[in-house]
Amino acid sequence: MKLYLKIWRQEHRESKGDMVSYEVEGISEHMSFLEMLDLLNERLIKKGERVIEFDHDCREGICGACGMMINGRAHGPLSGTTTCQLHMRSFKDGETVYIEPFRAAAFPVLRDLKIDRSAFDHIIQSGGYVSASTGQAPESNSILIAHDTTEAAFDAAACIGCGACVATCKNSSAALFTSAKITHLVLLPQGKLESADRIIQMVNQMDEEGFGHCSNTEACEVECPQEISALHIGRMNYEYNKALLIRK
Amino acid sequence: MKQTTLIYKLVMATSGLFLCFFLIIHLLGNLQLLSPPAVAREQFNWYSHLLSGNILIKIISYVLYLSIIAHAVYALIITRVNIKAQGSKYVYDKRGKVSSWNSRNMGVLGTIILIFLVIHFKDYWYIYKFGNLPLDVKGNKDLYSIVVSSFQQGWYVILYELSFIALGFHLLHGFFSAARTLGLYHRKYAAAIRVVGWIYSLAITLGFMLIPIFIYFNLNF
Repeated sequence: MKLYLKIWRQEHRESKGDMVSYEVEGISEHMSFLEMLDLLNERLIKKGERVIEFDHDCREGICGACGMMINGRAHGPLSGTTTCQLHMRSFKDGETVYIEPFRAAAFPVLRDLKIDRSAFDHIIQSGGYVSASTGQAPESNSILIAHDTTEAAFDAAACIGCGACVATCKNSSAALFTSAKITHLVLLPQGKLESADRIIQMVNQMDEEGFGHCSNTEACEVECPQEISALHIGRMNYEYNKALLIRK
Repeated sequence: MKQTTLIYKLVMATSGLFLCFFLIIHLLGNLQLLSPPAVAREQFNWYSHLLSGNILIKIISYVLYLSIIAHAVYALIITRVNIKAQGSKYVYDKRGKVSSWNSRNMGVLGTIILIFLVIHFKDYWYIYKFGNLPLDVKGNKDLYSIVVSSFQQGWYVILYELSFIALGFHLLHGFFSAARTLGLYHRKYAAAIRVVGWIYSLAITLGFMLIPIFIYFNLNF
């Protein structure tokens, strides 16, 4: 199949970017979206042009490195899918496809489709961990946790930090990402102990990074590759309000 | 206390929920207008008089003014922060496909409601408080006549109906959103609050919409 691509090209962080058109022929519908971009890049190399830069790592939908706006949707037209797990069969022959980086003030574009997501790391560093020594695996296995609780904690921990929630949010809010980490830790006995301090620190950091307010449109839940529930945002709000009341 | 995004949202939620509560009382009071004209005039004017003298009502009215102002001012602050947070705009944007229109346009709906409120306050609240109103047979200010005569004008009825539709969509998202901001995360109750929100928004919107239409078509002045 043949596609008409319009891809965001930007030299570096400070420079002004623009959409550039490419025609790509000979695309197989079995290719993943990233393989289609690889195909285009190989041809660009042969022509001596600079390749289109984009982040990727596992290409199995579990690392969270890849992520771009495809036809105006985070990770493309499918819900609950990473960009690498999107295949060309989701597009029609002769279609025009717009490809842009995830955009948010907190996610500056580094080059082309590559963005700097360190803001997420800073949120985790501010409190998304357990500071108590929990020992080795045998010791943690001796802590009794109900099966349902571990499953619920794991549902939240499944977040891969790809940034689609921020990219699709009209306010560029990081509420889903931050709340997933908060829920993950507050459900477990090791994490519960520091929950009040953790939530205050993480929310403060989230604001400091320049993310917007959550207005509960729930677009994030739809685009999240791991289908993290927006109910976690309710949980974050609950834990935050509780911390405001009980924290010394 | 540090002013975080979540604290801003708490102000929006609590002021919004108070306004939701007020709407119920306001609608119940207004439904008296649907009684037969003679009864309605006496009852409505008596009720309006009751509200203007009571100390408890006075406190509630000050909370009401404060809620409206806080809700509007904080909405402005939040919108400013959100616009800044967005950074550069998408060239091709289809994000609207994954969320409801009203949830994304609370600010637009809120602005319509605010403009409506200015008109509404000017035409009734201001006139009742500071204007010279004729008295009815019981000696109460005759607000009923003002209301009924204003809804003889077609454009005024349409203005009200459109504002109520905006209000309905605003409530539909606002009610559920406030519950989430306050921290409702239980799957079962979160689902229940959506249903309650639907019933509440429908009842308030249709209730308010009924009154101007009823007056326009049934009462002549």
